[in-house]
Amino acid sequence: MTLPNSAPSAIDARFAVLRAEGRRALVAYITAGHPDPASSVALMRGLEAAGVDILEVGVPFSDPLADGPVIQRSSQIAIEHGVNLDRALELIREAALGIPVVLFSYLNPVMAGGEAALRRARDAGVSGILVTDLPVGSDRAREAWFGASGLDFVRLVAPTTPTERMAEIGRHGGGFVYLISRLGVTGEREALASDLPDSVARLRSATSLPICIGFGISTPAQARAAADLADGVIVGSALVRAAEESVEHALELARAMRAAMDA
Amino acid sequence: METSGAVLAERAGDRFGGFGGRYVPETLVPALDALDAEFDTAMADPAFRAELDFMLREYVGRPTALSTAPRLSARVGAPVWLKREDLNHTGAHKINNTVGQALLARRMGKRRIIAETGAGQHGVATATICARFGLECVVYMGEEDMRRQSLNVFRMRLMGATVVPVTAGTRTLKDATSEAIRDWVTTVNESHYIIGSVVGPAPYPRMVRDFQRVISREARAQMLERAGQLPKTVVACVGGGSNAMGAFADFVDDAGVELVGVEAAGEGLSTERHSASLSRGTPGVLHGALSYLLQDASGQVHPAHSISAGLDYPGVGPEHAWLKDSGRAEYVSVTDDEALEGVSILSRLEGIIPALETAHAVAWIVREAGRWSPDEPVLLCVSGRGDKDVGTMAEHLLPSI
Repeated sequence: MTLPNSAPSAIDARFAVLRAEGRRALVAYITAGHPDPASSVALMRGLEAAGVDILEVGVPFSDPLADGPVIQRSSQIAIEHGVNLDRALELIREAALGIPVVLFSYLNPVMAGGEAALRRARDAGVSGILVTDLPVGSDRAREAWFGASGLDFVRLVAPTTPTERMAEIGRHGGGFVYLISRLGVTGEREALASDLPDSVARLRSATSLPICIGFGISTPAQARAAADLADGVIVGSALVRAAEESVEHALELARAMRAAMDA
Repeated sequence: METSGAVLAERAGDRFGGFGGRYVPETLVPALDALDAEFDTAMADPAFRAELDFMLREYVGRPTALSTAPRLSARVGAPVWLKREDLNHTGAHKINNTVGQALLARRMGKRRIIAETGAGQHGVATATICARFGLECVVYMGEEDMRRQSLNVFRMRLMGATVVPVTAGTRTLKDATSEAIRDWVTTVNESHYIIGSVVGPAPYPRMVRDFQRVISREARAQMLERAGQLPKTVVACVGGGSNAMGAFADFVDDAGVELVGVEAAGEGLSTERHSASLSRGTPGVLHGALSYLLQDASGQVHPAHSISAGLDYPGVGPEHAWLKDSGRAEYVSVTDDEALEGVSILSRLEGIIPALETAHAVAWIVREAGRWSPDEPVLLCVSGRGDKDVGTMAEHLLPSI
């Protein structure tokens, strides 16, 4: 039961522009503070320049159970650099991006900051928030925090999600819906899942929110194939792994994905 | 677009006070829904109950004995009764739960079983029932725990299980649990995840409690028959808290019965090296449930420590969090050194070598000698036997013997 919104969010505005241009969103994930705090600011700015439409910034957590080895490793490194939720917000503020930023977190680091942390996130220029371990219907009180935060509450849909539940998720989410492309944790894969077109079609019938596909997208060709199915593509582990080499490696990958999606 | 205030109602039965819940990746939600429904259906099905009872009797060896402990009782100044979960097949209470969950997995048509293990007792109990039922078994175990509990690694492999070393983080139970959940997210359509304690997302805490409830169901009847009265105090060690929940469950409504859970104080509560989540933790979310958690101010989970691998966990079952906050149960703690003393005491006074986990509960009772009058019986849950720990025990205890 989404209320008609008084003003479109930065994410809504971005999708409106993309729709008008007939383009698909490139959404990039990085872990705040990885490979080190200064480089992660450079990475954020560089990704904007490389044509990324929306940036997901991960809050490092000690026990990232939805993540594969690459993002686990990046979280551990960021924690060793002293990065927590508030430090992540400082890095976002420092990057001063023109593109919308979605904070990507497990619930526990946000709970530790309390509802006030969401206000600080908004003040730092964050437009949306995604919580990996807070599925629709799991915690009435805390879901309401996010719903009332003024941030777009980006929800996830999985291949296992029944169509009726997809509709509930759409009603209780904002910005876009993050469609998990396959069973499993984050990480690069050889090919897209064969049931992905079916998941997209079911989700399309259940919500009018833009659909972005993530998990396992690691090459420009995969980005292009996923972009042909949905409104946007999310790339995470492949970028984070490239950033382990250098910021420039990650930016090259982002530029190649952008080019493949726009070709 | 902002969401409206109308949020889906939470499902009844997911919470203990404010604790518990289902904080999991979306991928697992339908599987948890299905498990929740199947558990309730199965427990209401006389055929399932009969099969469970048969397996507990014929395979596990239940009911377990309630033993007197005359020399320990003399030391404590009150009659101490031992509920002998150490006499179960595989040597601990863990198998009560794995038998129940394996039967459920069969009902659901799941042929592949995942488990995490710390001390290895849950892994062994899972490998055991998988061998009995012909199910594939994959056990995640921290590298550090594999070193501490090599005997149990060998037992699991002998029974055909695959033991996967976990090298992330602290290389103990916490990281093994995360890795087991990662496997389950990937293989959820064909796998059932047998969590070994009253932790994790709903319905696990209540399901594991109900499979462990047999401990207090038997013990309550045995106390009435043998002692002619209910215990004054029920004592059990608490890591995740499954033997304690099993030992407490049928006594919760007996208002006159004190419930005491003994946590691992490790090197002391004033140090950072302990596992006393209830005594020193704050509410947080780990492995799918909201409960007391050892964590820093930023919400990063703090590594736990205990000499006992089975208690070496920074979280605790959400029902314990509720029993603590509601005042129904009391949670205390015992250090590594005191636990080793507990091993010595039960071994020498009663000829029973307890697991290091159990030894924490023994040590607390000995420390509290004089608390009870001679007409106030104390019920101690002997959660497991100490065979798996003889290496650690010998290292610490034999030089002084």
